[in-house]
Amino acid sequence: MIDWFLAPLAYAFMQRGLLASLMVGVLCAVVGCYVVLRSMAFMGDALAHAILPGVAIAYLLNGNLLIGALAAAVIVALAIGFFSRRGALKEDTAIGILFAAALALGVALISSIKTYAVDLTHILFGNLLGVSASDLWLTGILGVIVLATIALLYQQFLVMSFDPVLAATLRLPTELLRNLMLVLLALTVVVSLQTVGVGLVAAMLVTPGATAYLLTRRLPAMMAAAAVVGAVSSLGGLYVSYYANIASGAAIVLTASLIFLSVFLFAPQRGEVWKLFRR
Amino acid sequence: MKHAANRTPSVLPPAKTLTTSARIESVAPLAEARLEFDAVTVTYDGAPALTEISFQIPHGARVAVIGPNGAGKSTLFKTLVGLLPLRRGRILIHGLPLGSHLDCVAYVPQREDVDWRFPVTVEDVVMMGRFGHLGWLKRPSVEDRAVVRRCLEQMGIGKLAKRSIGDLSGGQQQRVFLARALAQEPHILIMDEPFTGVDISTQDATLGLLDDLRHQQVTVMISTHDLHLAKERFDQVALLNHRLIAYGPPGQALTPENLSEAFGGRLLVLPNNQIVIDDCCHESE
Repeated sequence: MIDWFLAPLAYAFMQRGLLASLMVGVLCAVVGCYVVLRSMAFMGDALAHAILPGVAIAYLLNGNLLIGALAAAVIVALAIGFFSRRGALKEDTAIGILFAAALALGVALISSIKTYAVDLTHILFGNLLGVSASDLWLTGILGVIVLATIALLYQQFLVMSFDPVLAATLRLPTELLRNLMLVLLALTVVVSLQTVGVGLVAAMLVTPGATAYLLTRRLPAMMAAAAVVGAVSSLGGLYVSYYANIASGAAIVLTASLIFLSVFLFAPQRGEVWKLFRR
Repeated sequence: MKHAANRTPSVLPPAKTLTTSARIESVAPLAEARLEFDAVTVTYDGAPALTEISFQIPHGARVAVIGPNGAGKSTLFKTLVGLLPLRRGRILIHGLPLGSHLDCVAYVPQREDVDWRFPVTVEDVVMMGRFGHLGWLKRPSVEDRAVVRRCLEQMGIGKLAKRSIGDLSGGQQQRVFLARALAQEPHILIMDEPFTGVDISTQDATLGLLDDLRHQQVTVMISTHDLHLAKERFDQVALLNHRLIAYGPPGQALTPENLSEAFGGRLLVLPNNQIVIDDCCHESE
């Protein structure tokens, strides 16, 4: 039994993959709580797709792909904030426009690069087993920055999410906080690319948070529960991927979805099955 | 943090200190006026929502804002808390323009504007009222917790402190937000339709709170449809329909002429000469 767990760890690339997926699982889950509570799932998905032109440009310039992705995500996040500020456009409309435009720009750029096919798959679906030591460092540092910001500004983000009117009466800089939240989301999305890829990062943001939402009644508890779900999904998914020989990003997301479904059905008090028997 | 220096202290300063500066006296026609609307014009989605609203509220007064749905009552409140920009005119609190004060305005939202499924407890919500008194990165102190405790007890919901807000009844939910407003230790309290859709005991608790606040000289602005309540329990009435139709003591402001100007066909005069607002068919609820 112990061998079953230890066997994959004999490989250094598996160790790095495991560490990366754990960090990303926890980071996505905690940030994801705000994504769930502020209904920003569409935004997370859009940011993930919007980084494509940044990656393509970085590739063309022989630069660091992650930094290209990061720049693109932050620019798109701030642009969405700009177009929807003070209600000029509804936020989901602004997202729809920018997300499609950035994706199209990315596809246009990539279609001009002939040798790009392999890396594109990695960006779309992740390449957990190709995580390098420097990727690990970057993930760790960005993750700590994002989590520390969320911890430090807990009160401000809580008020802004729960009651924007109170945030205004307390004279909180709501525009600034909203943009900061978008930048944190952008950082999280970029860090997650390596593990689950553009296509599936939305699931890592939303699913653990939604699972925790069903189980808890206070935000700190929700974040802790989401982090556990994120970590367990990452770990479980990686082992499934190793033994069943399926893509790691997909395995992680499927594990998280399975946990969500079980909680949705069987959670005490709020689960569907529980409600069925209580009647 | 450029506001830190002129942050309003949490304890009400004596009125004298507020009116001594020459600048304040030059802009405050009423010596004791604490809240002034001066030719306030606000547009909402491009259309004018409030036009040239001017009136002054003396400190500690209790004002009922009355007008048909869509008359701009919520717009007036949202402008006062800084959520909507002023198109023209100005709003002065203690003689200073909006934004000079950090936390002297508290706002009790309409119940449908709150996400009741948000994972917070009653205590969490009331503690949010203290955040204006905390610094940016400070955690609540023992004193803040004591204030929260006291406000919960005052609203009669001390036993519900650890409950989720989603598990409460409508009346209890309103008390949570009243307790939060108290915890803010405001100089001005704004309530949007606090008497709509609540039980009698919550209505009484709300009115009781208004009496307590009067002793602390907190200025209260409430929007309501209840003309009877406005007459009985308020010092001043502002009759609003995009512009200010009348402002003054209820007896002077709520004349049949003014009311019919504000409400048009929605006014019903009952056989016993009582006037009621026929709003049931126009509510968007």
